Amino acid sequence: MPVLGMIGTGLDNARQGSNMAHQTPLYQEHLISGAKMTDFQNWSLPLNFGSQIDEHNAVRTQAGIFDVSHMLITDISGAQTKAFLQFLLANNIDKLTQAGKALYTVMLNDAGGIIDDLIVYFLAEGQYRIISNAGTRMRVTQWLEQHAQKFDCTCQIREDLALIAVQGPQTTSIVCDVLQSTQANHCLQQLKPFHTCTLDTWCIAATGYTGEAGFEIMLPATDAVSFWRNCCTAGAMPCGLGARDTLRLEAGLCLYGHEMNEETSPLISGLGWTVAFEPSSRDFIGKAALLADQNPSQKLVGLVMTDRGVMRPQMSLYTAPNNTSELAGSITSGGFSPSLECSIALARIQTQSPEYLFIQLRQGWVKVKVTPPAFFRRGKALIDVGRN
Amino acid sequence: MTHVQDGLHYTSTHEWIRIDPKNIAYIGITDHAQNLLGDMVLVDLPEIGAFLDSGDECAVVESVKAASDVFTPLTGEVLAHNEQLQQNPGILNQDPYGDGWLFQIRIDDVKELENLLDAESYQNLLEDTE
Repeated sequence: MPVLGMIGTGLDNARQGSNMAHQTPLYQEHLISGAKMTDFQNWSLPLNFGSQIDEHNAVRTQAGIFDVSHMLITDISGAQTKAFLQFLLANNIDKLTQAGKALYTVMLNDAGGIIDDLIVYFLAEGQYRIISNAGTRMRVTQWLEQHAQKFDCTCQIREDLALIAVQGPQTTSIVCDVLQSTQANHCLQQLKPFHTCTLDTWCIAATGYTGEAGFEIMLPATDAVSFWRNCCTAGAMPCGLGARDTLRLEAGLCLYGHEMNEETSPLISGLGWTVAFEPSSRDFIGKAALLADQNPSQKLVGLVMTDRGVMRPQMSLYTAPNNTSELAGSITSGGFSPSLECSIALARIQTQSPEYLFIQLRQGWVKVKVTPPAFFRRGKALIDVGRN
Repeated sequence: MTHVQDGLHYTSTHEWIRIDPKNIAYIGITDHAQNLLGDMVLVDLPEIGAFLDSGDECAVVESVKAASDVFTPLTGEVLAHNEQLQQNPGILNQDPYGDGWLFQIRIDDVKELENLLDAESYQNLLEDTE
């Protein structure tokens, strides 16, 4: 067999041009563990620690631990922080009625295209935190600085923090086991989704990118290695980017650069629900552009294929099994679902969609079922795969 | 560094060949190949009874990352294929030289064996690329 030119899962990205990829505080730890490393957005990160399918299954049934310190953490504080974020973000942070709550949102440009998707945390009065993607770091930083100038607030990148995700049904018991503190136990055992616990210099959020219950832990970089090791000893399986991608795809969670980019509006990216048009008195960047496009011609859907094979990004979809039929759209993310044991995909297609579409694989035309864009969460299939 | 097993023949396209004394060969893919591809999810094997010419594309291994063709290094008839890989493609990752064999072929032209690499030559080839 030939040495491969990978079709890739979207995780193999070329270096940006600097001579050395960034390393997280856990880089040496990953090397010691024998992780298979890869370059992701100019960061050196584990692709897997052995079998990405085993890692995926561990998260669905017990717990996995992810180093996501490549993501950008920006703290925003000052008298007009709230007003700034209400203008900057498509979702309305007024929904964060008290400190200790978080909100998923997109950040739009003036044309309504998505600059990034991110989570904003209300930490304390006048103090918010944004966690955004590694790949958009420069763009997001420049955009925040540009718009923050109009408001009485400052942005500070938190390079002193690491970010570790523990995900899966055993997360709470593992993290409480590791932290060994009554205060942590009390807070974490009743922590609701999209809420946070602040414990001294740590902030633990009940958020994640896997479709399972779990935490994302923002902690001083100097604490990262010991916390990682303790969680592994307590039963969390180290997981890399390979499992991260199969988990989020099953959960129907968007990946920036695949389901959306600066050329796509949230309305055609399955993210219309993150845009708060009410109250109508709130203006935000991109609002006018979205209001002008209330009948989008495309939408994001899920696809399931029970035939043998794997759907891959950028493959084309047709309304009938021949190239002269109508091109319905194309796949934005695709791969093999370990939990469903078949191929799944997310795709952007024309709004009028039939129940089935057709794709060309090596064996010929294959019929795929159109589904809502989410397949497996909290240990359960969300769609009927329809096999006999 | 991936493992190169002694006592086997190899191709530059990362297949291994084990010669059975009865002029039969087992064919599989090397540790280097499975490591490059990652977790296997699907394996398509040649039909029993199929007649292959050396160089023919005869099997497909598909991993989480990509699909890859397997080429037969030898001419002959397919005598058996490893059905357990259909149920459990992960065996290819776990034991590429043993339980992960792909198919068994009758050797029709022993001269073709001269084109194959020995373990040391394959090791050198990998060292130049890994």
